[in-house]
Amino acid sequence: MKCIIIDDEKTARVILKTLCNEIKSLNVLEDFPDAIQAIKYLNKNQVDLIFLDIHMPDFNGLDFIRSLKNPPKIILITSDPNFALEAFEYDFIIDYLLKPLEFNRFKKAIEKASLKELSAISTKINTSINTEIENDFYISIDRRLIKIDLPSIYLIEAKGDYIKIKTESKDYIVHSTLKKIEEKLPDALFLKIHRSFIINIKKIIDIEDNSVLIKKDVIPVSRSKRPELMKRLDLL
Amino acid sequence: MEQPNLEYINRLARGDESIKKELINIIKTEFPEEKKEYYASIESGVFKRIEENVHRLKHKISILGLVKSYEIANEFETNLRKLDLNGQEDFEKILRLITQYIKTI
Repeated sequence: MKCIIIDDEKTARVILKTLCNEIKSLNVLEDFPDAIQAIKYLNKNQVDLIFLDIHMPDFNGLDFIRSLKNPPKIILITSDPNFALEAFEYDFIIDYLLKPLEFNRFKKAIEKASLKELSAISTKINTSINTEIENDFYISIDRRLIKIDLPSIYLIEAKGDYIKIKTESKDYIVHSTLKKIEEKLPDALFLKIHRSFIINIKKIIDIEDNSVLIKKDVIPVSRSKRPELMKRLDLL
Repeated sequence: MEQPNLEYINRLARGDESIKKELINIIKTEFPEEKKEYYASIESGVFKRIEENVHRLKHKISILGLVKSYEIANEFETNLRKLDLNGQEDFEKILRLITQYIKTI
């Protein structure tokens, strides 16, 4: 984690740097004797964690917190826990440490920050996956890239070296294979029900024996794919 | 009266003499400056400034292992917020004690 230290007292900054050096995952980029200098730095640089002294003259730690637009994680450093209470209204405040700092307590705070970091990464990945599901993709036709809205696709049919993509508004013939496009489609929405067909399961109108009706197309369902299809449907 | 010590600094340095030396040097430089600022603030009678000076000095008091003195400084700081100078004499005794001590380290 890239971090900075903000404390008006040099002794405190040196103590913090000493403690940070004991933890491999921490990389102290800079230390500042006042919050204004730190704000200038943060306007041009990104950090993961700030060690912030609350009690500083003129522009104190709480003023600093209020001035941040995209705050990273913050660990407060204070001699007086009462000053830390207000700051805990903010979810990016990980912990507060009382001066004089002790290594074991410091280490616990860093562990909390690391957990928060992991949780943020996990959320980011999930968001990215969800976005991918909702997003479009592009197909290449005659040197043109055409954006296709995934939920609008109701059927994809293999046709030799090509696939036919049927959407609510238009059909497209693309030089590709079902296998390739299947990899790009979200499982939650699409299912290969036959060696030549992938369907959008949300677009099924009815199912009869070994076929499904999607729009006006009657599509065969392979015997081996039927259990999976039945599992995916919301049956009463 | 309790005596200042280097227990905290030794614990922090974990046997690294260069860290120990660096911290002692900073304290030896920073403490007299902070003390000077404190007395200047006392002269000016601006309570907010005195309170800030006491707050900074408090950290040095705790680093030097002065537990009871830290409490005295805390009380003085609280009084200063109420524009009350009660505790000044005891606080300044601590400053004198540290001044003597840092000459020896």
